[in-house]
Amino acid sequence: MTRERKNNKSTLKKVLHYVGKYWFFVVVSILLAAVSALLTLYVPIIIGDTIDFIIDKGNVDFSMIYALLKKAGIVVLITAFAQWIMNICNNKISYGVVLDIRKEAFEKLQKLPLKYIDSHAYGEIVSRIIADVEQFSEGLLMGFTQFFTGVVTILGTLVFMVMLNPKITVVVVCITPVSLLVASFIAKKTYSMFRIQSETKGEQTGIIDEMIGNQKVVQAFGQEERVLERFDEVNERLRKCSLRAIFFSSTTNPATRFVNSLVYTGVAFTGAIAVVNGTLSVGQLSCFLSYANQYTKPFNEISGVITELQNAFACAARIFELIEEEAQVSEPEDVIVLTDVKGNVELENVDFSYDKERKLIESLNLSVKPGQRVAIVGPTGCGKTTMINLLMRFYDVDKGCISVDGKDIRQVTRNSLRTSYGMVLQETWLREGTIRDNLIMGKPDATEEEIITAAKAAHAHSFIKRMPKGYDTEIKEGGEGLSQGQKQLLCIARIMISLPPMLILDEATSSIDTRTELKIQNAFAKMMEGRTSFIVAHRLSTIKEADIILVMKNGKIIEQGNHESLLKEKGFYYKLYCSQYQ
Amino acid sequence: MKKLLVYLKDYKKETVLGPLFKLLEASFELIVPMVVAAIIDVGVNQRDAEYITKMCGVMILLGVVGLICSITAQYYAAKAATGFATKLRHSLFQHIQSLSFSEIDEIGTSTLITRMTSDVNQLQSGVNMVLRLFLRSPFIVVGAMIMAFTIDVKAALVFVVTIPVLSVVIFGIMWVSIPLYRKVQESLDRILGITRENLTGIRVIRAFGKEDSELKEFGKRNDIFTELQIKVGKISALMNPLTYMIINLGIMVLIWVGALRVNNGAITQGQVVALYNYMSQILVELIKLANLIVTVTKALACAGRIENVLEMESSMKQELSETKLENSRKCSSEKRIVENFSTKSTAMGNDSIKNTCLKKNAIEEISMKSEYKVVFEQVGMTYKGAGEEALTDISFSVKKGETIGIIGGTGSGKTSMVHLIPRFYDANRGRVLVDGRDVREYSLKELRNKVGIVMQKSVLFHGTIRENICWGKQDATEEEIMQALITAQAKEIVDNKPEGLETVISQGAKNLSGGQKQRLSIARALVRKPEILILDDSASALDYATDAALRKAIGKLEEDMTVFIVSQRASSVMHADKIVVLDDGEIVGIGIHEELKEKCSVYQEIYYSQYEKEEA
Repeated sequence: MTRERKNNKSTLKKVLHYVGKYWFFVVVSILLAAVSALLTLYVPIIIGDTIDFIIDKGNVDFSMIYALLKKAGIVVLITAFAQWIMNICNNKISYGVVLDIRKEAFEKLQKLPLKYIDSHAYGEIVSRIIADVEQFSEGLLMGFTQFFTGVVTILGTLVFMVMLNPKITVVVVCITPVSLLVASFIAKKTYSMFRIQSETKGEQTGIIDEMIGNQKVVQAFGQEERVLERFDEVNERLRKCSLRAIFFSSTTNPATRFVNSLVYTGVAFTGAIAVVNGTLSVGQLSCFLSYANQYTKPFNEISGVITELQNAFACAARIFELIEEEAQVSEPEDVIVLTDVKGNVELENVDFSYDKERKLIESLNLSVKPGQRVAIVGPTGCGKTTMINLLMRFYDVDKGCISVDGKDIRQVTRNSLRTSYGMVLQETWLREGTIRDNLIMGKPDATEEEIITAAKAAHAHSFIKRMPKGYDTEIKEGGEGLSQGQKQLLCIARIMISLPPMLILDEATSSIDTRTELKIQNAFAKMMEGRTSFIVAHRLSTIKEADIILVMKNGKIIEQGNHESLLKEKGFYYKLYCSQYQ
Repeated sequence: MKKLLVYLKDYKKETVLGPLFKLLEASFELIVPMVVAAIIDVGVNQRDAEYITKMCGVMILLGVVGLICSITAQYYAAKAATGFATKLRHSLFQHIQSLSFSEIDEIGTSTLITRMTSDVNQLQSGVNMVLRLFLRSPFIVVGAMIMAFTIDVKAALVFVVTIPVLSVVIFGIMWVSIPLYRKVQESLDRILGITRENLTGIRVIRAFGKEDSELKEFGKRNDIFTELQIKVGKISALMNPLTYMIINLGIMVLIWVGALRVNNGAITQGQVVALYNYMSQILVELIKLANLIVTVTKALACAGRIENVLEMESSMKQELSETKLENSRKCSSEKRIVENFSTKSTAMGNDSIKNTCLKKNAIEEISMKSEYKVVFEQVGMTYKGAGEEALTDISFSVKKGETIGIIGGTGSGKTSMVHLIPRFYDANRGRVLVDGRDVREYSLKELRNKVGIVMQKSVLFHGTIRENICWGKQDATEEEIMQALITAQAKEIVDNKPEGLETVISQGAKNLSGGQKQRLSIARALVRKPEILILDDSASALDYATDAALRKAIGKLEEDMTVFIVSQRASSVMHADKIVVLDDGEIVGIGIHEELKEKCSVYQEIYYSQYEKEEA
């Protein structure tokens, strides 16, 4: 509980930090809130004065009434105008804060180590950046709109009341803290409920993301009912915890209203007794009662806002969790930018594992000279992809060191290291946008000619041309509508345009038919010439020509050599080779 | 919204009782001023302290009753709202699952996810608010108006003018802002899209060092979103000041009219005060109503989008209507008339036709047909929105127990073709028969139960390995699972995990390699011992040794499983009983390996590209 409260406090601090940027609007908003609240309190006084001039038949002072009403009209117009500007300021603040937070969360996403991303469900991260931020924005807006007005109204009423009768004011002031206590008690209780609700929502989004995203597989196996069952289980849990959170938080309003009615009764009682004792007039009593009402109403509103804010803060805490997640190791100050890469890659005594308890790669040594071709072979799941994770520095080695051109890759900028490699993965990824946008990803200033030459070399030109808008055809998220092979051809063309000094090809042609593959083989060969290349492949024809063949099994390199020497060894590679020509 | 109200049906009691208790509470609130008046008129005027104490007791009692009513109302409202949202989410999820592949391709996944999450949430709070406040506010507005009329009809006419003006303003703002809220949501969808994209493509983005440009793109969309939000915000920011102004101007007119009426002696000063109080009361409630309307506006926009999804019907009718089938039959050749009869007779059940003279023909026809497990007849298929046909004039038949290799280049239509068998898509021309019956005549469940498919992209779900395998067959025994794992060459994966079958696969199966995923998804398809097994390029992530072992193991399985192997590797299909060679959506060769190697130029090209000169 105390920890939660502390978290809550630090969350508030962080939120204030973001709000600080908009201090000008905050100041304006608070000033206008004060103006509109005080004027709102003032209007009834004018109206009351006006009524005093309407005494009875034939005894009505029209000229005074006219003057007072004119005054009231002006005050009303100013109030409305102040409210309007205040609302606009509040919009600006809360949407601006959310804009910044969302941006920062996304920025964080780009800096998070892959370890974090690989070990969290996409749906959950998405839910934080989208749904939680949205909820937070709503709460914040509501807070700004109603909080200050409420506070000023309370203070204003208090002043008016003290001016009328300090004694009864004390009664009012003594009872109202009860209302605040009740509100904060409920808020504290509901904070954890909202957090549970938020978490369950995240879990549900995870399922929705997974199941709707892979709807096709679900349907193919006719698993709709079972998936629905699983969904319903979480759905039901969400219903229960939402009901709890919503219900308990909504008791704030009636509870504070009840306390308010106690205040009202208290005023009526002490006031009436005072009138009986002759220390207060009837008119003053009625005036007091109406102010007591006005004084307590903002408490209702504020307590409503507080619940909303609780919810918003629970969401904000989840966002900040993401934003404050440890980023990848920052780059040292004397960081080097890799230029003119020759392609000399050395691995010295490298140890690596995803999970501390299960060692994967141990004391791996490898020396690749510029322009050499390294093929990595081995049964599936042997750690080939891990090698790529390490070369690209998606993950850092646990021990030892990897260097490019004699420079430890931890000493160079990630950007320059990664852009030195051209990577084509088995799992193709294309972004939403035109085909052209996707192709020029590695070289935004590529000319039309370069694009078409590369596309032709990758044998993608002909199918691109057949698409509705050629190179300007929009591809949907995830490249839906393109076949796996077409996607892979586009990924290859993408690399052929940027032509980085080193290459990583992880099953780069696995989805391409061999006829096409054969045709692009020349282009590939030309591309690899003079470039250090790491190739993960199954097709031994590709592997045979490699300068170094690494045979991996269970995360370890068990054989190393070239095709001839490995065949002579008659080891694992030999067995693999034979199986292909069975 | 109307359609969505169905989901409140089970909460009838709550939807009635919630507002009802709220009204009760409001009524008590209206009594309080009367009690105060009594305190002043009786207690104070007669200096009766006992009476004052008694009346204060009454007020506290009223407060307690009000508290109970109000909490009850909140409970019912919360219960109805959360129940409503839960039911709605359930139906939405179920509905989305019933959509066919074409619709899912069309809407896109991320849109569906926002519909299910943030839209439903907004709607839930909308329902909650409506149940709590929607009756209460109009109740007080109407009540106050009636009271005004009982005081003085002429003065009350001011109310009659003020309230319509207010309504016009409120509804006008709603009318403008609803479409804008829709746009805001669409814009949020785009932000969601890029966020998801950045998660799935994080490796590529980092490999290209594109973090900054992605940030820029996100920033752009984020800015657009915020701009839209502020634009809508500006419009709804008018709501409060405008209503406040109108009401207060109304009050001023009321006092002027009141002054005239008092001057004429029609009403008293006290009555003017009463009128003024009623007007203020209306103001308070209308402000609440206006805020409520903002929430409701948002909720309605969400409701509209949810309805759109719910209204989207699967283009794939479970079973084709009789007339439609009839039509398709009429177009078919004479030979098909016999088949027509045979299919019909199966539908009718064999008993009813036992005595007809045609029955022999028919039964022969069935058995002749059922010898063919799968038949494609002149099939043509076009994807929604695509110009050209993906498949053209595909005709071939497969006998029970045969292994069919399907080979062809990228985009030649291999996957499209096999997707027609479990009816993921419908053929636009011709028909596909399984066991002699048009696939459209089966229920989807029955049809898909016959088929085990391993898709190109292997997908496993969060849960244990066992749970994943059991997708294929819910009540699979330990032995069946093991058998499937062994055949799929996946036993070693399980053996290497300390938790074995109970190893938990993370969401997106990120803790498994591509090949491991593929082998487990093969096991998943195998465990149900399907009549038809489709391996759609399922060995792409497997090395040759594993691939060969897999094919061998599948070959050893029971005789009557019909297997389709889609591949780009000649080695994967060369031992098949029949190889179908596809090129640009058309069949360019059917036969066994040796024949095709002789005659089919496309097959030759593929083969030699993989087996090089040494074999040639």
